[in-house]
Amino acid sequence: MKRAGFAQPWLPILLLIPQLTIIMIFFYWPAGYAIQSSFYLQDPFGFGSSFVGFENYSDIFSSGEYRKVAWFTVVYTFLVTFLSLSLALLLAVKADKVIRGARTYRTLLMWVYAVAPPVAGLMGVMLFDQSAGPLTEFLGFFGWDFKLGVNYNDTATAMVVVAVWKQVPVNFIFFLSGLQSIPRSVREAAMIDNRSGTRRFWDITFPLLAPTAFFLLIINITYALFDTFGVIDTLVKGEPGNNPMTLVYKVFIDGFRGNDLGGSSAQSVVLMVLVLALTVFQFRLLERRIHYT
Amino acid sequence: MARVSLENIRKVYPNGAEAVHPSSFDIEQGELIVLVGPSGCGKSTLLRMVAGLETITEGTLTIGDRVVNDVDPADRDIAMVFQNYALYPHMTVYKNMAYGLKNRGLPKTEIDAKVREAAEMLSLTEYIDRRPSQLSGGQRQRVAMGRAIVRSPELFLFDEPLSNLDAKLRNQMRIEIRALQRRIGVTAMYVTHDQIEAMTMADRIIVLNAGRIEQIGTPSDIYNQPASTFVASFMGAPPMNLLPASYNGNGVATIAGGSEVKVSTSGSYQGGVQLGVRPENVSLSPTDRANPLTFELDLIEELGASRLLHGRLAGHSFVVNAPNDADIPDGSIFLDIPQEAVHLFATDTGKRIN
Ligand SMILES: Nc1ncnc2c1ncn2[C@@H]1O[C@H](COP(=O)(O)OP(=O)(O)O)[C@@H](O)[C@H]1O
Ligand SMILES: [Mg+2]
Repeated sequence: MKRAGFAQPWLPILLLIPQLTIIMIFFYWPAGYAIQSSFYLQDPFGFGSSFVGFENYSDIFSSGEYRKVAWFTVVYTFLVTFLSLSLALLLAVKADKVIRGARTYRTLLMWVYAVAPPVAGLMGVMLFDQSAGPLTEFLGFFGWDFKLGVNYNDTATAMVVVAVWKQVPVNFIFFLSGLQSIPRSVREAAMIDNRSGTRRFWDITFPLLAPTAFFLLIINITYALFDTFGVIDTLVKGEPGNNPMTLVYKVFIDGFRGNDLGGSSAQSVVLMVLVLALTVFQFRLLERRIHYT
Repeated sequence: MARVSLENIRKVYPNGAEAVHPSSFDIEQGELIVLVGPSGCGKSTLLRMVAGLETITEGTLTIGDRVVNDVDPADRDIAMVFQNYALYPHMTVYKNMAYGLKNRGLPKTEIDAKVREAAEMLSLTEYIDRRPSQLSGGQRQRVAMGRAIVRSPELFLFDEPLSNLDAKLRNQMRIEIRALQRRIGVTAMYVTHDQIEAMTMADRIIVLNAGRIEQIGTPSDIYNQPASTFVASFMGAPPMNLLPASYNGNGVATIAGGSEVKVSTSGSYQGGVQLGVRPENVSLSPTDRANPLTFELDLIEELGASRLLHGRLAGHSFVVNAPNDADIPDGSIFLDIPQEAVHLFATDTGKRIN
């Protein structure tokens, strides 16, 4: 095969420039800047900075506050991922059974996906509102005096609920299409081989969904770690100090509310490393992922 | 190995389509019955009702001495081979075959013995640890067969099991399946749209048309005594010639716009008929008889073993299957249609009358 080539060597470079510029401006430059400023201590009033070496990093890791937030992030990520995956799977399995209803079902759930995170957060604020929120009233009915933004655990619950609610549709769509791509005859063969529907699900359906489930696992972890920012921001705004927050939100709070740019940069560098690790892990497993057909 | 009986089995799908009109037949113990008919005639629906994958709208289904209308597919003691094999993609050949046995609580050693025996029988031993994706179409087909065999069910169900294979493999598997079924002596129901498969494999054939049974009979019954114009034109390749004619009720039929043909008949029907003759039952006649059947030749199709002459008889399109060595005259061709080779069907009902 003849390889296509450019007559002028500078043409491909010219064509790449817009793309490279965007990457430079929006990724490498801020990332580089973050790394750089993580080694400096910023004057809170913006009058210059001084080099402090790894002090910002050692501050992070010795800070009880940071550890608390990190632990919350782990629990939060686990809960959001686990709940949105299992709820979505449950819904998808039910929807798949009523193939006819699946369409309406799918559309209804997709609406939620179209809701922007801050809007989802606002809806959460309304639903969990202290005086008039229907969910607060509902929980109060069971004797749970729900205090959004005041009680740490209540706020955390609301954060999980809203984040899960927001993520379920995406997972649902993937699970449903995964389920519908399992040939009908394979399931019918299983019906003849095994009379228990639950066992058929775990023996046949679930293993065939595993590639989808793994892909979603990574997506959901990333979502819970980073994309829930808007939800959290809306839910805890005003009183971030006493409320639960994730590592990403803490970067924002420390940097822009606390004006500690150095410490905040160090935190974001730590997160960058985390993302990098997650990405490597994902690619490793994706490569090894079993393709059945 | 059981007798299967269908009594007025009917299927109406939720959308109101009546896919199977009330149908009754029995399958004898150890018999291989083939359901044949064009695509969409309800073959799969009928088979799937027997398997329990589709509910039975009306009627009674008996396998062995149990009425199984409301019995779970797993408890009907049947095994099914699907068109696309329906193997479990994430399981090895071994596990594919063992899965049904494991769920029926058989001890491991017994499962192992059965799976290995089936693998041996189907020459799959060396592939036993492979996944279906690592097998050829023919091998997958064998695994699907194996999965059915190990269960030693009362009844085998096949839904077009060979239609995804190439022609050569299809012929080979056809013979293998037939031999296997004979050897095990299991009762079997086999669905196909391929009339050659039906003719070669069946003990008895059921011809279906638009959800109704047209005819039940041995392959030779179906071939020699087709019950209707539908069966006559569906079974046999090339299909039977059908010519509009009229019948005087007295042994002579007159082809529309042409000559008279002698017919052997016992019925008393009189009136419009479709006159059927199989291409292979016609011979070329050198002589011009008193009442000639003049054939106008349009085209010769070379088949190797014989030749198909496409042309017209009294203006109606007509095909003759002539032996290789028959010489085809340049001028007028005259046909000889033996009296016993003529089939008559009433024009209005399409039913056989002789
Ligand atoms: N699930 C279904 N719902 C409604 N109609 C169906 C369904 N399955 C099959 N049919 C219809 O029933 C008829 C028979 O189908 P089928 O038994 O699959 O035919 P075959 O196997 O002979 O090709 C067809 O007209 C088909 O469109
Ligand atoms: Mg079919």
